[in-house]
Amino acid sequence: MHKLSRLAINEEGFVFNPTTGDSFQVSETGLVILGKLRDGHSDEAIAQALAEKYEVSLEDAQRDVADFRASLKNLNLI
Amino acid sequence: MKPAYEKPVIKKLHNGLMNKFGYSPAYARKVRTDIDGVPVADLVEKFGSPLFVYSERILRQKYRQMHTAFSTRYPNVVFGWSYKTNYLNAICALMHQQGSIAEVVSGMEYEKARALGVPGENIIFNGPHKAQAALETAVREGAMINVDHLDEIYALERVAQKLGRQLHVGLRLNLDAGVYPQWSRFGFNLESGQALEAAKRMKYGGKLVLSGLHCHLGTFIMDAGAYARQVEKMVAFGCELEKAFGYSIEYLDIGGGFPSKSRLKGVYLPPEVALPAIDEYAEAIAQALTKALRPGDFPKLILESGRALVDEAGFLITTITATKRLPDGTRAYVADAGVNLLFTANWFKFNIEMDREVGGVNEQSVIYGPLCMNIDVVDESVLLPPLSCGMRLTVSPVGAYNHTQSLQFIEYRPASVLIGERGEVDLIREAEDLADITRRERMPKRFAQEEVG
Repeated sequence: MHKLSRLAINEEGFVFNPTTGDSFQVSETGLVILGKLRDGHSDEAIAQALAEKYEVSLEDAQRDVADFRASLKNLNLI
Repeated sequence: MKPAYEKPVIKKLHNGLMNKFGYSPAYARKVRTDIDGVPVADLVEKFGSPLFVYSERILRQKYRQMHTAFSTRYPNVVFGWSYKTNYLNAICALMHQQGSIAEVVSGMEYEKARALGVPGENIIFNGPHKAQAALETAVREGAMINVDHLDEIYALERVAQKLGRQLHVGLRLNLDAGVYPQWSRFGFNLESGQALEAAKRMKYGGKLVLSGLHCHLGTFIMDAGAYARQVEKMVAFGCELEKAFGYSIEYLDIGGGFPSKSRLKGVYLPPEVALPAIDEYAEAIAQALTKALRPGDFPKLILESGRALVDEAGFLITTITATKRLPDGTRAYVADAGVNLLFTANWFKFNIEMDREVGGVNEQSVIYGPLCMNIDVVDESVLLPPLSCGMRLTVSPVGAYNHTQSLQFIEYRPASVLIGERGEVDLIREAEDLADITRRERMPKRFAQEEVG
């Protein structure tokens, strides 16, 4: 989470990593996940929150949170 | 009401990098909800997934276009439907209904054409392997036989001897028309004198009469000029044969090889730009014939087009069954159709269309097939928004060579349907089941298992 807390994230989904100088574009739901990860929520809780907020099943939300986490890892953001 | 959901995506931004090929913008994603007015969802619900779908409308339209292109430029044109391109009975029958005779390259294909009611004299028998029995049947039934090699001359002479009459045959040539690599494994080479030697051998034998010339340059020929050079050489050789041996060449079979609007891997330009129109091929061929032939001499011009007629009429509907993220971050999908059904994925980059609009950023993605084989890749790099399991993709054009080369390997082969011109959907081949796989197998008694329980 340490790396995540350093990111500069604006509400339009622009993400800047001051450590590496890389910038990213994140989708609306990705932005929600990023925010909750920074706040220390578990994957399960984040999926639950997505399913409550959006028109998506809990199963799909769980799958997408796991996939998004894998993307963050691949981009060396967590 | 809750807001619509869009899958979470994070994408690294690359600024200032030059990219010759560019990326498809978000709006460039392709959506297809129906084929000829029939919803993709309805097709899958009724016939399952994956599913081969053919359009009668496109098939007839392609035939008419191509036939018009040639018949308005040359007075004696015959189309020979290339069975190997797609020999589903309904497709062949449709082509015969349009006026095509049959072009077959094996005993099996010959039997298929005959079973469809095509008379022997309306069958062109090509190919490097014609078994003696198949040759004899074809001769008895009056088929046009194009000789591929010297041993076939001997085989045909044996048949002539048996029947006690001379046989009219064609000679397959291979020649340099500027297409490389040159297809030299079929027929007799023109430039080296091999073809002339073969004709001499026929004359000497006295049992075969050479009455036609055949030559197929290759496949997906993108240069109309190559056909013009081919035709010039074939006509010149025909004149040489007439002069030297008194043979009268009644037909020039120039094969096929005309491309469809499919995208070859590694070709930057889209097919609509990179490929000449069929009229350009027809014009080049007709002009070359007019120039080379004697005035008033119009031997039959036979075309064995397959791909150009059927490829764009064929679609394959497949379903996403799993989504993955590869270790390098690439988005990956597992579809229920792979190279077992899409043999031409080796050479062509298909048009891949989604069954609905999907929100989210396009990502470089890879689509794998269902086989537990590393080679099973439908597209190794396609820009797609995040897809969900259960979504349908329509892959096209796949009408040529995919069904005929589809494999009974690991998975069952799926159903095929034909959408008629009035929107009716006919099942033209049922999906296979275990009986299709095991019907020909025999179990030695010593391995027979007793029922358990």
